[in-house]
Amino acid sequence: MSKREFTVTVYTENQVGLLNRIAIIFSRRKINVESLNTSPTEVESVHRFTIVINETEEVVSKLCRQIEKQVEVLKAYYNTEDEIVWQELALYKVSTDAIAEKVKVERLLREYGARAVAIRKDYTVFETTGHREETDNLIKALEPYGLIEFVRSARVAIIKGSSDFHERLKEFEYKEPGEEVVENEFLDKKEEVFSM
Amino acid sequence: METLELVKQQGVKKATTNINGSKAVLEAFIAEGVETIFGYPGGAIMPIYDALYDYHDKLKHILVRHEQGAIHAAQGFARASGKTGVVFATSGPGATNLVTGLADAMIDSTPLVCITGQVYAHLLGTDAFQETDVINITTPVTKWNYQVTDATEIPTVLAKAFYIANSGRPGPVLIDITKNAQLQPFDYEGYTKCEHIRSYRPNPIVRKEFVEAAAQLINEAEKPFVIFGQGVILGKAEKEFKQFIEKAGIPAAWTIMGMSAIPTDHPLGVGMLGMHGNYGPNVLTNECDVLIAIGMRFDDRVTGRLDKYAKQAKVIHLDIDPSEIDKNVKATVGVWGDCKETLPMLTSLIEQKVYPQWLKKFNDYKQLEEETCIVPEMNPVCDELSMAEVINLLNELTEGNAVVVTDVGQHQMVTCRYAKYNSSKSNITSGGLGTMGFALPAAIGAKFGAPDKTVVAVIGDGGFQMTIQELGTIMQSEVNVKILILNNQFLGMVRQWQQLFHDKRYSFVDIASPDYVQVAKGYNIPGYKLEKREELKHSLQNMLEHNGAYLLEVMVGKEDNVFPMVPQGCSVSEIRLK
Repeated sequence: MSKREFTVTVYTENQVGLLNRIAIIFSRRKINVESLNTSPTEVESVHRFTIVINETEEVVSKLCRQIEKQVEVLKAYYNTEDEIVWQELALYKVSTDAIAEKVKVERLLREYGARAVAIRKDYTVFETTGHREETDNLIKALEPYGLIEFVRSARVAIIKGSSDFHERLKEFEYKEPGEEVVENEFLDKKEEVFSM
Repeated sequence: METLELVKQQGVKKATTNINGSKAVLEAFIAEGVETIFGYPGGAIMPIYDALYDYHDKLKHILVRHEQGAIHAAQGFARASGKTGVVFATSGPGATNLVTGLADAMIDSTPLVCITGQVYAHLLGTDAFQETDVINITTPVTKWNYQVTDATEIPTVLAKAFYIANSGRPGPVLIDITKNAQLQPFDYEGYTKCEHIRSYRPNPIVRKEFVEAAAQLINEAEKPFVIFGQGVILGKAEKEFKQFIEKAGIPAAWTIMGMSAIPTDHPLGVGMLGMHGNYGPNVLTNECDVLIAIGMRFDDRVTGRLDKYAKQAKVIHLDIDPSEIDKNVKATVGVWGDCKETLPMLTSLIEQKVYPQWLKKFNDYKQLEEETCIVPEMNPVCDELSMAEVINLLNELTEGNAVVVTDVGQHQMVTCRYAKYNSSKSNITSGGLGTMGFALPAAIGAKFGAPDKTVVAVIGDGGFQMTIQELGTIMQSEVNVKILILNNQFLGMVRQWQQLFHDKRYSFVDIASPDYVQVAKGYNIPGYKLEKREELKHSLQNMLEHNGAYLLEVMVGKEDNVFPMVPQGCSVSEIRLK
């Protein structure tokens, strides 16, 4: 089994120290986290981690079970790129003069779907969202005109096959939830365990 | 104990008492049925110790000599009693001294609740005196940990701690409480036990279809083989397990942690698995057609070389922890659930059977092992005593009724190979982590956990010197443990490996010992040292009959090796008899 890119989605309680508890599950096996996003979900008190790693599916599935084993983790899923819709946000700071003088830059930005989020006398900040290659391409294109600063966010991803997590969460509240919520990770994998 | 003053809060209907955080901790202990605490005081946990002063009639506190001793004692207590062990330690060095025990309890699934003091909340992160980031240090070695900075959290956090520690797959929990929270008075509404955490599912719903699939595999098997671990003991499913193997008629071998779940002389019990386990169970693992693993996790010391492990067999794996299924050995059928629940389901679906031919194979291998290994070890022709004959005599005298606590190394393997047990929770050892220095403090705890039993700590000369200071605890708390030192004047297991795999280059394994009998005497513990065979039985008898702690040092063969042995990197069927 060869290594490939997986996006791990983890639903957790909002708890101090949980980031560390999840991070060490990767670092323990010397796995580099390529991208990590953590933010509140649509459900109050529930947080969502989106983690990108390069690993074999065998290892990723074991990691997910070890993550889900943590007391304050509600669910962990892993998906390949074709199972998710994902985006990264990027900000580019360029000299305002360069934009004003070189019309070409403006056209370039339009071509890449960039949007100005701040325009000052000396600099302008553009923003794009997209896949890694798209933002990389715009960096390359802007470099000759003087890119002052660049920053990229972590990946955020929606799982294509997901159902309403809010409903599932309600089930978690019950002491004796239905089988649907406490599905057997191991046993259901023959079907579609990690696809919600 | 002073009576708590009831304070009715205006506008609040619930009756509350005004107590401080420290008292709330002790009230939680009482509500959870805690009787014994193992601990060591210090600056940041002083308010809790101050509160404890008033609770001495309800809570017994055992003052250890080092925090590592406290946590190993709590482990011994938990392992002997099945209850949660409880530890107190102060911040900084007190807390870091717990780390080895936490790691040991984590890997061996031992339920513990450890309370550490912490500096005042406003000092966190300032490198205050005796401040250490204990939460982050202990995260990888705890099932759950939490820092309390506000006393009002204490009742719910402790309820969660006890619930998490001893439910599902048990494990250690650490609660770090800042000094201000210990001192802070608050309106205490009483203690409610925790029964549910929405993100935590200790008891999975068992899926019948997979139990059925497992039963079908068992019913179709011709050479089925059961291997079981501590899960049977932790799940309190000894009876269910016995019923299962007896109906199925399947030979069963134990891991070092599963040992004593069934009596060691059970007719279907075929011995111990693993690197120094019995010959038959190791070889036949690679011959069975259905391997039924129950409450065990396929440790590398059990499996040997994984790519040559039971490849011919269909594997059924029953475990409460889904992350164990498929982790090391791919299961044909995984049954996720508490074995107390899954085993009776399985038993009801299987046919009553016997496998005389198959069982004979185990017995033939046993015979071979007896002849080449066991008999010579038990009856050495030289003057030097062997560890095996000491354990054999010990069995004879205790009749398998003692709790035997072992340290780590050659004596541990020999004891686990030869000790006889009649009842569950009798074999206490550091299995997963292999912590030298475990036995002496663990034996102290085991005695509190099983006060009616004889507790014998079998320890090597290396491990004994690692936690020797706990003799002070035995002295002060008058703990009736029998200390049996098997002294081969070497760090024997490492020496054995150096002999076998490093051309006898004995690198720093020659360890000197103090006069243990004199040391014990200094602690007011009587003792005796022997070298001669004719003294052995009588001396063991003296030790066991002595009313109180006793130390017996037995000099054994310097360069004896433990066999059989699965050399590292070899398959279980390549086990060597010599």
